[in-house]
Amino acid sequence: MSDADTNEATESATEPDGDGSGGTFGSAIKRGEDVPLLTGDGEYTDDISLRGMTHLAICRSDHAHARIESIDTSDAAAMDGVIAVYTGEDVVESGVPNTIPTAWDLPGLVQPQYRMLATDKVRYEGTGIAAVIAETPHAAHDALERITVEYEPLEHVTDPVEAVERDVPPVHDEAADNVAFDFELGEVDATDEAFADADRVASVDLRQPRIIPNAMEPRAALADWENATGKLRLWMTSQNPHLHRMLLSAGTLGLPENKIQVIAPEVGGGFGSKIYHYPDEAVTAWCSMQLGRPVKWQATRSESYLTDCHGRDHVTTGEIALDDDGTIRGVRVETHAGLGAQLSQFGTATPSYLYTTVLSGQYTIPAIHCRVIGAFTNTTPVDAYRGAGRAEGIYVIERLVDVGARELGIDPAELRRRNLVPPDEFPYESAAALVYDSGEYERAMDLALDHIDYDELRERQRELRDEDRYIGIGIGNFVESAGLSPSGLAGDLGAQAGGWESSIVRFDSTGSVTVLAGTADQGQGHRTTYAQIAAEELGLSVDDVDVVEGDTDRIPQGMGTYGSRSASVGGGSIARGAREVREKARRIAAHQLETSVDDLEFEDGEFRVTGAPDRSLHIQTIAHEAYLGHDLPEGMDPGLEETNFYDPENFTYPFGTHVAVVEVDPETGEIEIERYIAVDDCGEIINPMIVEGQVHGGIAQGIGAALYEGAVYDDNGHLQTRRMDEYAVPHSTQLPEFKTDNTVTPSPHNPIGVKGVGESATIAATPTMVSAVVDALEPFGVDHLDMPLTPESVWRATEGDQ
Amino acid sequence: MYTNDFEYYRADSVDDALTLLSDHAGAELVAGAHGLLPRMKTGDESPPALVDIGQLRGLDMIEEDDDGTDLSIGALATHAEIADSETVRQRASVLADAAAELGDPQVRNGGTIGGNLAHGDARSDPPAALLALDGSLEVRGLDDKRTIDATDLFEGPFETAVADDEIVTGIRIPTIDDAVSGYRKRRDPLSGYALVGVGVWLRTDGETIEEARVAVTGATTTPARLPAVEDELEGEAITEDTITAASAKAGITVDDGAFVSDVQASAEYREHLLTIDTERALYDVIDISQ
Repeated sequence: MSDADTNEATESATEPDGDGSGGTFGSAIKRGEDVPLLTGDGEYTDDISLRGMTHLAICRSDHAHARIESIDTSDAAAMDGVIAVYTGEDVVESGVPNTIPTAWDLPGLVQPQYRMLATDKVRYEGTGIAAVIAETPHAAHDALERITVEYEPLEHVTDPVEAVERDVPPVHDEAADNVAFDFELGEVDATDEAFADADRVASVDLRQPRIIPNAMEPRAALADWENATGKLRLWMTSQNPHLHRMLLSAGTLGLPENKIQVIAPEVGGGFGSKIYHYPDEAVTAWCSMQLGRPVKWQATRSESYLTDCHGRDHVTTGEIALDDDGTIRGVRVETHAGLGAQLSQFGTATPSYLYTTVLSGQYTIPAIHCRVIGAFTNTTPVDAYRGAGRAEGIYVIERLVDVGARELGIDPAELRRRNLVPPDEFPYESAAALVYDSGEYERAMDLALDHIDYDELRERQRELRDEDRYIGIGIGNFVESAGLSPSGLAGDLGAQAGGWESSIVRFDSTGSVTVLAGTADQGQGHRTTYAQIAAEELGLSVDDVDVVEGDTDRIPQGMGTYGSRSASVGGGSIARGAREVREKARRIAAHQLETSVDDLEFEDGEFRVTGAPDRSLHIQTIAHEAYLGHDLPEGMDPGLEETNFYDPENFTYPFGTHVAVVEVDPETGEIEIERYIAVDDCGEIINPMIVEGQVHGGIAQGIGAALYEGAVYDDNGHLQTRRMDEYAVPHSTQLPEFKTDNTVTPSPHNPIGVKGVGESATIAATPTMVSAVVDALEPFGVDHLDMPLTPESVWRATEGDQ
Repeated sequence: MYTNDFEYYRADSVDDALTLLSDHAGAELVAGAHGLLPRMKTGDESPPALVDIGQLRGLDMIEEDDDGTDLSIGALATHAEIADSETVRQRASVLADAAAELGDPQVRNGGTIGGNLAHGDARSDPPAALLALDGSLEVRGLDDKRTIDATDLFEGPFETAVADDEIVTGIRIPTIDDAVSGYRKRRDPLSGYALVGVGVWLRTDGETIEEARVAVTGATTTPARLPAVEDELEGEAITEDTITAASAKAGITVDDGAFVSDVQASAEYREHLLTIDTERALYDVIDISQ
């Protein structure tokens, strides 16, 4: 467990107000879902079998960029066990809408055609071109080798800068220069002025490599088309089943939404990669509609590497303007963001609004300007990956603060401290168009630095350098915008979806509670944390509450799980619904106890008459009464459940400081992580154990990006890092012990004061690690090194070869 | 990925296995299968048949000869058994080190020394140990048996001198009392295989290095001895200068183009690491007290 909360937070009017004090909100209760998940009883998509089920394998292009001249499927179709082979032309002829849509518009955005199976050109290695349905998965995969595709190869481009600056055949004819959008945020004149007036300017050129998400469970789908009713049931690995239902209806298949049921059973991780509507799941459903038989598609790990949306892929020049006293005057950033060959749903939002709006970090920066050129490349589409946009933005500002500190000769902790947004400035409107809800940045930063005795360690660092030993201290201050709401604002910025969440809190007639939530767990522990929220509000035990997610026929509406939104938006909705349920129960109690609602106290699930505590009714008894309907207040409808739609008034803003201490072996470039401290402030904490777990996993992924990961395309436009022994996901043995700690600064506008924690540590860990390694390399004159910081790149830097 | 179709046979004896091999052209032996199966899943190898010898008895012994000059290890001894063996630790610690560093507990519990060496994966640890120990493989065919010296064993990536119709039955290691040995490994962060692995074996009289064997795995396309390093060590006093001079020779006997280059580490970097790790491996086994 982490240290006890250093919770001196300001009192909040929005703390969970279960005056029933179920006592469960805030406790580290164990995750109820873990026993089935750990014993193999969890049911994932591939575990489900239906009678008459067939298997789909998808033929994919091995060219990065080529015109399809012909596809011959006859040999494959004639193979034993093969039921059907379809091409993109078959999909076109079927008359379905056949369009994978983008879900975020931007001014001037070029939106090229994006079909379920390609018919004219392939634009990245892995583009789906034909579908084989067979009696077994093995037969389907064997048949792929018998499909003959003739291509006319075209020149390809995989780098986002080259894509727009070099004269290459465009990925899409609609964008001759490969520019999908040219986006700006902030005041260009004010920023130029700030730079002209400032004492000093420091800059950094950096790359943020492509990350491959590597969810434990590869994507999968099982489609069951029922001819008699015209209904499609689709089990799939989804972070947002309702969004998938909507996109399947409006984008690819054209079925009415009420004829599609999307079910996300257990889902083994997502990190963003299971938000999107890919072609493959639509193809699975379409094939079932053609054959009238169930069709299962289970991606192989190799397919995941090639087709799951990648993350990041930024090439950036950043500049920071400072005065000699350390005051940051302005920040100017230009980024080329690789979007891949097609626009995935949030591929446009991630490098534009989600990225540029956090460039102020934790600091009061009066002038910020950022330009982002979104570039089509002949690569796997890029979309949100854990920390999406915010991770890239915080990385840029934290690197800039570090190079600024070097430029001024000011200690990097001190430079940060001098520019932090002070607590009395909240709500703080940044020059990057966000209004931060609440924060006590210095408190979290001090706590993190205290854990390593910062000043003493700096002293020790100087001593060790005299012995040719090189330790580095890295600091990562972060603030992130979580929750992606309210809907109206999201709409103004181009979102084609809302930012709300929906839930139903239902008392059953015998007193148990069912919570139906529109979010969708992929391992986060919603079944535990949501039960804690509802139990707290209703004065019950978590064992009284069952949480249901991931089925669009059971849960009428929802937006899903991404962007650290489930606790704040989903949890907020559940708390509000539970409060409405409680207030209805209070009115029934007042009626049956013949008193007024104002004279009732609520504790441990019991409504008691003030001053006459023996006159009481338990909320579970009232639930029974509500369904009997025999004795309800005049005009009250029976039943005890509420449907809640919660549209937050703002994002929430988790923040914190991470600190890493590393030692670099200059002979080999090897990096040893000595200490890792994470101080996170995610507002009120529903379950400290789950928060700690999120932080641990987040740090691992953040360190992975900093030290190990990075997709590489070879000269042929082939993904070179396409297997687990070619793409370096961090192993537990490569990670140090993490020290986690928290401050608690509630979000003032969230019903339960939470801010979210799903992405924080990933956002923080990457700049923290790079900061630490570059700090260790200061004696070698290294101001910046691009990720991943492999031992070889570190060794070359110590050799003066950057 | 899915493997191609293959037939599976379980052998009852070494003779049975040899018969199965000769009856099924292209068949491969498996015991732990930790080397071959992953390559079948990625399509790098597609044998039409597997002959499983993992359950054969009597091939997992680890024993010293009566006169204490040779160490015999059965082909089916697992890496875990070798790593845990007090005999191996005392008589051939470079092999115990290599076995302990190999893979993860699951691989060490299932993988066997015979399979590992016959597989010929140039990133694996035991090859450097066998080379440093100047050991040999005992191999049987249907009609004869023979011995393959370590220096003749490794012919290229996944290519060894063990013929398709032969079975490795054991390894033999000459041991002497006044030798020290050890293995130093730098793990590839992705695969856990050796980015660079160096096995060293030295016979000394406490002051002078009388005989030296140094071998590399991981850094080069084929595991190999480093004769230039050995020459520089032999007959020299045990000093820091000796180690420095010898390590500096680590790269020069490796053929041009023989250093592996991949996403994690270039050939140039591997060559640099080989020098560093040769030096460190020597320091690991020699006590320099001046």
